[in-house]
Amino acid sequence: MSEPILDIKGLNKSFGPVHVLHDVDFAVRAGEVTALVGDNGAGKSTLVKCVAGIHPYDSGVVRFDGADAHIRGPKDAADLGIEVVYQDLALADNLDIVQNMFLGRERGNSWLLDEASMEQAARETLASLSVRTVKSVRTLVSALSGGQRQTVAIAKSVLWNSKVVLLDEPTAALGVAQTRQVLDLVRRLAEQGLGVVLISHNMADVFEVADRINVLYLGRMAAEVQTKDVTHGQVVELITAGRSGDLGLARPEAVAM
Amino acid sequence: MTETPAKPDVQSAAISDFGIDTTSMSTGEAVKDYFSRIKAGQLGSLPAVLGVAVLLVLFSALSSDFLTLNNISNMLQQGAGQTIIAMGIVFVLLLGEIDLSAGTASGVCASLLALHYVKSGNLLGGMGSSVFFIFIAVLGLAAVLALYQKIWAGAGAALLALLLVAIGVPANPWLEMLLAICTGTAIGCITGFLVSKIGMPSFVVTLALFIVWQGVILQFIGEGGTLPIYTDAVLNKVTNGTLPVFASWILAVIAVGAYAAVVLGQHFSRLRRGLVAQPTAIVLFKVGAVALIGVVITYLLTLNRAQNANVVIEGVPYVVPIVLFLLVVGTYALNRTRYGRHIYAVGGNAEAARRAGINVPKMRTSVFVISSTFAAIGAIVYSSKAGSVNPDAGGLNTLLFAVGAAVIGGTSLFGGKGRVVDAVIGGAVLAIVTNGLYLLKQSAATINIITGLVLLLAATVDALSRRRAAASPR
Repeated sequence: MSEPILDIKGLNKSFGPVHVLHDVDFAVRAGEVTALVGDNGAGKSTLVKCVAGIHPYDSGVVRFDGADAHIRGPKDAADLGIEVVYQDLALADNLDIVQNMFLGRERGNSWLLDEASMEQAARETLASLSVRTVKSVRTLVSALSGGQRQTVAIAKSVLWNSKVVLLDEPTAALGVAQTRQVLDLVRRLAEQGLGVVLISHNMADVFEVADRINVLYLGRMAAEVQTKDVTHGQVVELITAGRSGDLGLARPEAVAM
Repeated sequence: MTETPAKPDVQSAAISDFGIDTTSMSTGEAVKDYFSRIKAGQLGSLPAVLGVAVLLVLFSALSSDFLTLNNISNMLQQGAGQTIIAMGIVFVLLLGEIDLSAGTASGVCASLLALHYVKSGNLLGGMGSSVFFIFIAVLGLAAVLALYQKIWAGAGAALLALLLVAIGVPANPWLEMLLAICTGTAIGCITGFLVSKIGMPSFVVTLALFIVWQGVILQFIGEGGTLPIYTDAVLNKVTNGTLPVFASWILAVIAVGAYAAVVLGQHFSRLRRGLVAQPTAIVLFKVGAVALIGVVITYLLTLNRAQNANVVIEGVPYVVPIVLFLLVVGTYALNRTRYGRHIYAVGGNAEAARRAGINVPKMRTSVFVISSTFAAIGAIVYSSKAGSVNPDAGGLNTLLFAVGAAVIGGTSLFGGKGRVVDAVIGGAVLAIVTNGLYLLKQSAATINIITGLVLLLAATVDALSRRRAAASPR
């Protein structure tokens, strides 16, 4: 088992009196797809936002690439190489693919953009991910399908030599064929050596691409399991009840005694 | 992976999967592609260009005075002021905001310029001491607000205006124009602060400022007053003067040569780097067409167009290089700089821009600074044309025509879509309509009604093409 690239231990986060995350341990390994599942309100999005630096966490240790890391803002996360692809895509419709992929980090000096270099880099990135559904990298995003947009958003995160990519429900709004494209892409990201975190409600997707499944239950990490060791049913039980047989949180009565 | 040795091949094979990205289109395909995009609703400024052509044919058929050399140069001079203001408004519209105060802000700049000239530089005497000190305080406030938002150019301009006013520079046309432009910039700093930092809708902020500036103009000029500026050779010539024939040709050569150099240079550098480029034939055709139009217009404007045999009027009016210069600067800023890229991004999806690390409030302020600065330049041009400044300067029509020009040219009111050249094309449409109907001896009522209908038509085309674009297959 490889050393995790992102290793979180004992993360706590409260919003006022509401304790959202309780001593959460979470590890992301390079070259693997780690699924993060849980019911609504389990704390998935909060965990992602803590990692992305959007919410500061209350306590806990974050180690990145073997060294202690302090994530206090989105910029800290970006500097470490953590990229988040949000559910509501952060793409501008009126710009083309290249312009979107380099948005905020344009090449060239501020008085003259280096369009040619950006276009080449965008094409190489898309090609390295074997994205073949886009006709031209100069297509406006408004002319792309949902799956293609998701593809561009994910490819954008790869362009920055990021080490960990967090995908928040990347297939939620997509049809069958487009989901296929995106899942293929998720797999290829891991093959390229990135640590990929996939947040999803869709068990079929999770079982298809994930190497490891982490289940959050009411703000606690109920289980971290290898995908090949568990069945659909067990994961669903973990999500809904927090335990399944020997897996998961201890029985409440056991805790009480 | 079993086929690791073949990795470079895999990569290049994958790149070739980008269909038209590597195989350049033939001329025929490019033309076909263009028409299919038009069918899909991506019209750009095509309707406005067609509109210009139709209007030219229509009015020259109806009025023998329309397509005379004198009238062509007259139209250029009449339309230049509102076109320049429209160019600035394009930046504001690109963010999906509106600047209703651009017209009266330009009026403030015009009246300040005229007041300074008429009172021989004695603004303290011209304004009265209390108004003078309030004015200085407002300029100082603008500088502070600009510094607070780290808009250095705006702060510099506001401080320069403050300096020019405070030390009481003598009447000098160049200093007066500089003062007018810097004051315009300062006004924009205030507008931008109110919109982006206080967070009021730009419609309300600029509506309020529209009324405020109207009051300021009245205060500067006095009710029923008129400040003549045509007595100054420089101020008069800004719009009414023309380049000498020789200089006109130099301008034509520089303009066409620079256009060709930029377009061809970019084209061949893309080809050299193996990127997709338009077919060379089409690029050459574009350059040739621009060169031809440039040469023909320059030739026509260098003929003597005086109606009185005793005087000679020839050469390209100064407003042509002024508008061309602003057009080039504005287009360059929007298309080639990081700033321009960020403007489009904020206009298209402000949240995406924010997440990409773009300072959205600063961008928002900056477009109002640009809009007011362009408005001040427009004010100089239209005041020069009129020869005097009265309390109606920059009134409601100035603003509405400027917004109308931008929209007719194809700039969207919803943000994210538009170019500076749209303002020029739209401004041409409005100038032709106004001028042509005037020559046909139509009443002001008819002119207003028809101009309004033209604007309505342009908005309809925009809305329909947008619907078409939304419905076209992806």
